[in-house]
Amino acid sequence: MSISVKTFSSAAEAAQALSSDHAARFMGGGTLVMRAVNAGDQSFNTIVLAKDATLKQIQQQGDRIVIGAGVTMSQILASRELEFLHQVARAVGGPAIRNMATVGGNLFAEHPYGDMTAALLVLDGSVTMAGGQTAALADFLKTRAREPRALVASISIARPQSGVFKFRKVSRVKPKGVSLMTIAAWVPQSGGRIHDARVAYSSMGPTPMRVPAVEQALEGASLDEAGIANALAVATSGLEPPTDAISSSWYRKEVAPVHLKRALLGR
Amino acid sequence: MSQKPVQFKLNGEEKAVFVEGGQNLLDVLRRGVGDLSPKYGCGQGTCGACTVLIDGEPHLSCLTLAETVEGRSLRSTGGLANGATLDPLQDAFMKHFAAQCGFCTSGMLMAARALLDKTPNPTREQIVEGISGNICRCTGYEPIIDAILDAAHSSGGRRTA
Repeated sequence: MSISVKTFSSAAEAAQALSSDHAARFMGGGTLVMRAVNAGDQSFNTIVLAKDATLKQIQQQGDRIVIGAGVTMSQILASRELEFLHQVARAVGGPAIRNMATVGGNLFAEHPYGDMTAALLVLDGSVTMAGGQTAALADFLKTRAREPRALVASISIARPQSGVFKFRKVSRVKPKGVSLMTIAAWVPQSGGRIHDARVAYSSMGPTPMRVPAVEQALEGASLDEAGIANALAVATSGLEPPTDAISSSWYRKEVAPVHLKRALLGR
Repeated sequence: MSQKPVQFKLNGEEKAVFVEGGQNLLDVLRRGVGDLSPKYGCGQGTCGACTVLIDGEPHLSCLTLAETVEGRSLRSTGGLANGATLDPLQDAFMKHFAAQCGFCTSGMLMAARALLDKTPNPTREQIVEGISGNICRCTGYEPIIDAILDAAHSSGGRRTA
């Protein structure tokens, strides 16, 4: 093992170190990076740390909430203003993992992880980098693999109205297991009809993703079994879910409509 | 190989040790300061056998970069007993046969200790949640849950040692 550890007092300095060294990786809570170290990952030889308090802040900005990339799942569970995310944070690991795993790290988690990211996607998440640039979370996830050298500073989300935000993590082990698929949905209704719904999955592709086919099929539908039938029919349309130790791609496709129905109808 | 000095408290005692770059806390506890109570299970955050308390909160020592515990206070299973007086959790684990092969026991005890320190009278559901990051392949969990419930009731959850 020959890894050098560089600790910086600000996120900006850490971002600078990260951008200039292709063999450096930023470490937040350690649940991804130390796992890679323990597995003998040779793709990096430097760990970059930032002791920057701003990465740990949760701030309200109008009707949005800005979550620092270094905020842990436990911090979310301790935050009253993020109460709507408690069920999501609780779905991530056990208490020890939640004391370590960060929101920023979750954006980089490969399947069968990354449950929080699905929720952030439907909450209109946008990512701010340490240099100040911002990007819609969905766009950020698309380029994540190609541009891994920037440092995420915070994630901004919209506060959902009560009853609109839905979340379901599907595991094979109770009470906790890794995700077969994770479903997050934002389902606003007016006059008994769904309008501008957002639906996202984790563990159904290379990154967590919005599901436009489902969102379009929900437009104008009623939130009941008959109303969402068209959305269920296109639940995995165009998707190539991964095969991993938890499940085959085929199985994920087969069961996705069932779980989407349960998630949308709250069953 | 670059080494860095790190100082921390382990079970109330000051420790000073040199760590290598990228070395995890579990390795430092076991090989660096000779505390063999936390166990190396999976090395990837799945099993919970390496659970220790850092400033009172449960953490997975195999996923903790050792140098980040500088100045912090750690507790491991090795420090639960006070001489011959066991922690109520350790007594209850024996009484309820909550250990079979024993490999998960150290992590289970620390996860349970963390739970009872915050929630002295937990419900069964809270216990299940509290140990949900710890895998046991022998007991089927029920004896462990019973033991933690018993420890909570018999001691008010507080450490008597």
